Amino acid sequence: MSTWDFEARLREALAPVDPPADLEPRLEMTLGSLVEMAADELEAWELKSMKDPRNWPRAALGPAAAVVVGTAAAAGLVVLRTRSRRHKRRALARGPLDLAERTLRDAAREAMRVFDDIGR
Amino acid sequence: MAAAPDSAPGTKAQLDAAFTELYRAHLRDVYSYSYYRVGNHHDAEDLTEQTFLQAYRHFERAQRESQGRPLRPWLIRIAHNLAANYYRDRSRRPQTSIDDAGALAELHTTEGLVEDREDLNRILEGVRRLPDDRREALIMRFALGMDNREIARALGRTDGATKVLIHRAIRQLEDIVGDEAGTEAS
Repeated sequence: MSTWDFEARLREALAPVDPPADLEPRLEMTLGSLVEMAADELEAWELKSMKDPRNWPRAALGPAAAVVVGTAAAAGLVVLRTRSRRHKRRALARGPLDLAERTLRDAAREAMRVFDDIGR
Repeated sequence: MAAAPDSAPGTKAQLDAAFTELYRAHLRDVYSYSYYRVGNHHDAEDLTEQTFLQAYRHFERAQRESQGRPLRPWLIRIAHNLAANYYRDRSRRPQTSIDDAGALAELHTTEGLVEDREDLNRILEGVRRLPDDRREALIMRFALGMDNREIARALGRTDGATKVLIHRAIRQLEDIVGDEAGTEAS
């Protein structure tokens, strides 16, 4: 038998085998049930977690943390911008009291600018 | 169905639809592979079912990582791993000879084809006696019609190594079948 013939015989011997007719619907049903179970479990877990007060802080923690981080960053920016103008303020100031007043006005003006930028 | 079998889906519904298509397209492949691995319909059904359940669990990731390549080798690799576990867990090899395959019996029932059927049985018996990797490569090539690249992906080998593996498997099988026929004739 030539190699070509042998391979043809091998192909014949290893013919594809059809699955039993009931396997496909059975498997589809199993997979469908799994999908439904997964969806139900997720929904049930979400409802349960919302009812449980112990989960409330966790839900609130994310936004609160974001607000704290954002505020700290904005405040840092105000300080930086105010400090960068300190030489000009010293040159213009007529004494320590005047310098303090100018610094406060600068800080307030920079704060307004930073919060305006954030608001945009 | 909205999505093609191996396309990248977006939503969960699309993912499920894509999986349904994949499963319908390759049920016969997975079943054939399982059947020739375990040698009987009962365990082949079990293995097929387990393969698709396992595939469903990891389908989203497989879709993402396949980058548009066909997922049949991935499915067959799952079946291959499960079949290995099947033998390891139960400490057994196929107990039923695969010569009772329904397809084979249907093709060769007339008396005039008895000799022909014996030939095919000898080949199947030879396939069963091959080392695991060679047997699997031949099942993938001849029962499933997979090309070298697909087989390489399923077995986790290079294309070149797979080509050599298949070549050696055929040579060894020819020797086994030749020896068997010679023994029967003498």
